[in-house]
Amino acid sequence: MILRALFQIGLLLLLPPLLLGVVNRVKAIAAGRKGPPILQLYFDLAKLLRKGAVYSRTTTWVFRAGPAVGLAAIVTAGTMLPVAGQPAIVSFAGDFVLFAYLLALARFATALAALDTGSSFEGMGAAREVSFASMAEPALFLVLVVMARATGSLSLSGMLGPGLAAAWRAAAPALLLSAIALFVVALAENSRIPVDDPNTHLELTMIHEVMVLDHSGPDLAFILYGASLKFFLFGALLVRLVADVRMTGFWAAEGAFVVELLGFSILVGLVESAMARLRLTRVPQMLVGASVLSVFALVLLLR
Amino acid sequence: MTTRVLQAWNGEAIEVGDIPVLPVDEFQQIVADAVTAGARVSSYAGRRDDERTRVTAVLADDAQGRLGVLSCRVGAAWPSLTSECPSIQAFEREIFEQFGVKPEGHPWLKPLRFEPPLVAGVDPWGRIAKPSTIPGDYPFFRVEGEEVHEVAVGPVHAGVIEPGHFRFQCHGEHVFTLEIVLGYQHRGVEPMLVGGPDRRTVALVESVAGDTVVGNAITHANAVEALADFQIPARASVLRGVALELERLANHVGDLGMLAGDVGFLPTASYCGALRADFLNALAEICGNRFGRGLVVPGGVRFDLDAGATARLAEKVAKAWEQVDGATRLLFESPSVRNRFDGTGVVSRDTCTELGLVGPAARACGVSRDVRRDHATGVFRFLHVPTVTGETGDVFARAWVRRLEAERSAEFVVRQLRALPGGPVRTPCPLPRPDRLVVSLTEGWRGELCHVVETDGDGSFLRYKLVDPSFHNWMGLAMALRGEQISDFPLCNKSFNLSYCGHDL
Repeated sequence: MILRALFQIGLLLLLPPLLLGVVNRVKAIAAGRKGPPILQLYFDLAKLLRKGAVYSRTTTWVFRAGPAVGLAAIVTAGTMLPVAGQPAIVSFAGDFVLFAYLLALARFATALAALDTGSSFEGMGAAREVSFASMAEPALFLVLVVMARATGSLSLSGMLGPGLAAAWRAAAPALLLSAIALFVVALAENSRIPVDDPNTHLELTMIHEVMVLDHSGPDLAFILYGASLKFFLFGALLVRLVADVRMTGFWAAEGAFVVELLGFSILVGLVESAMARLRLTRVPQMLVGASVLSVFALVLLLR
Repeated sequence: MTTRVLQAWNGEAIEVGDIPVLPVDEFQQIVADAVTAGARVSSYAGRRDDERTRVTAVLADDAQGRLGVLSCRVGAAWPSLTSECPSIQAFEREIFEQFGVKPEGHPWLKPLRFEPPLVAGVDPWGRIAKPSTIPGDYPFFRVEGEEVHEVAVGPVHAGVIEPGHFRFQCHGEHVFTLEIVLGYQHRGVEPMLVGGPDRRTVALVESVAGDTVVGNAITHANAVEALADFQIPARASVLRGVALELERLANHVGDLGMLAGDVGFLPTASYCGALRADFLNALAEICGNRFGRGLVVPGGVRFDLDAGATARLAEKVAKAWEQVDGATRLLFESPSVRNRFDGTGVVSRDTCTELGLVGPAARACGVSRDVRRDHATGVFRFLHVPTVTGETGDVFARAWVRRLEAERSAEFVVRQLRALPGGPVRTPCPLPRPDRLVVSLTEGWRGELCHVVETDGDGSFLRYKLVDPSFHNWMGLAMALRGEQISDFPLCNKSFNLSYCGHDL
């Protein structure tokens, strides 16, 4: 039992950077390039953790607290996520609200740290990030409410647990709609194309990346690692929701889960390769569209 | 144009003595009237002459293919023409900065390049006490208001690009104005060219703008050959045309890839980035340098190709173009890309004409201007490359015009390489004759390159005036950003892709 719990924690903490490596590799192949090694993010993190950090004289403790608070919030949120259908480490009724707001807290800390630098770029990035988040949040909540309603459980472990299979049989259209909405939210929350471009060097077009321009060394490592964790969390939510593969035995279920997550990364990579970024003014339309989809899903459930 | 203007053709040498020296008011009247009637100001530059400044204007009449040259001597000040002819604004600022001739009533009288004045003891902005002239060291235009914020970008950028400073006045994401400050790349090329031609002249001209080596070298060579009354062999002329179009192809294809990269459209970004190298390598096969350095010299070209090499080169260019065709088709047929390009950074046709934009930026607004057709020299007198125009003046139009132009250039290069005339590629060019002036125009990939070269009594360069297309077009970028989203700036900037060093000289 303890071994299994340790394995799950290990998965949560160690797998995420690999997923972004897979996304980047898919993008590289689609573009006809070789691309960086799949493990590049691990190398980057190891390098950054060995480095010192540079702090601007205009910043205060808020700037230094940002990355640590952000990472802590995301890791805590991760403990509430059931991995591969197993109950989560922390689980109680209504934990999905805490889950969503821990992610919001991470964003709040990052945005505050960005504002603390006083740079006009980072202020712009923070403004963009929070205005888009305010539109992504209703969509995320509606998806979670749909899942809670469909499974009759108020905790993430229940929502993504054994009850899910029955819910699919009873309310497949609603869950499908909310899964699409969740995918859109996942793209937006993880600053992927078509909302944001994680690879761009153009400060004026960035959303998330521009907020973290001033961070360096371990702080930057925290931020990059936190971003990959967040990607993992959304991926885990989504693959569990759409691909509830019933495997007998713990190890087979875990293996299937990892394969599904890799599939999610490949899908994100393909989406990123196939389309250009949206104009910033169009992003709200897409996020509101996701909310509307999940409202439909809720209507289907409640009728 | 009236009879008080000396008429000339592109690349025709004229005697300096024949250029009319008019009173200032008459000079300005003629310039204003010509611009109102549809002429363009190709060059408008001063030089020191008897304690005063002699300003020589070159007016281009594109419809007739003629150039008009006139000059005047002016003292410490003259009335500004900018309000009537906005296209002259940078020229007037340049003359003020270099010679202290104040254009009274100029609406935007700020330093252009922050260069030290060319005349000792005269500093128009009174900066003489300071040890150096730092670009951007001048108050910016500001929009006041509680919710207005200022965003400063550069001169050091995140990408590997040239230095320039951009100051936005914004309300949220909305841009009220963009002010562009240049001058970081000022090297003083024009004064260095005075006294030539000598061994370094060609190298200097080639480094005016690193991406327009062939264009500037051809413009220079045409000027020197005209000053010496010299005709180059036919084969050299065609090879120059091929090199010029290869340069255009490489830059257009590379920039289409960069545009794709700016909107995050990966496939075209990396394919076009790689294909650009194919065209650069084609240039390298002719002369051994990917940017065409050392190819064009007065008297012809330095390198020849044998029959096998030309056939192989034609084959390579045709193949590379096929791939570009596929990669750019992907770009223009993708709805998400069209959504980003369409209606972004619009420059209206009227604005384009008023500002005197040149090159693809002007053609994208529907203004049909192309030196290869309007003031043809060299091979373009006999072999025409069709001119492409767009309609909408937005990022899409600029990208599409460049895509089509690249196609025409590829056709031209392949056709010419398959039917090169025989004969030598270089014959020794004599020295320029004394007391002459020549206006040499070439359609570089960015637009009209203008070299106005005047020789003194010994036949050395007395004044070498360079006008890069970017000199005309930077204001177009500033205007394209008005009312746009600030997040679209990199895309608009890339769609113009102007030269910093070509402007700063």
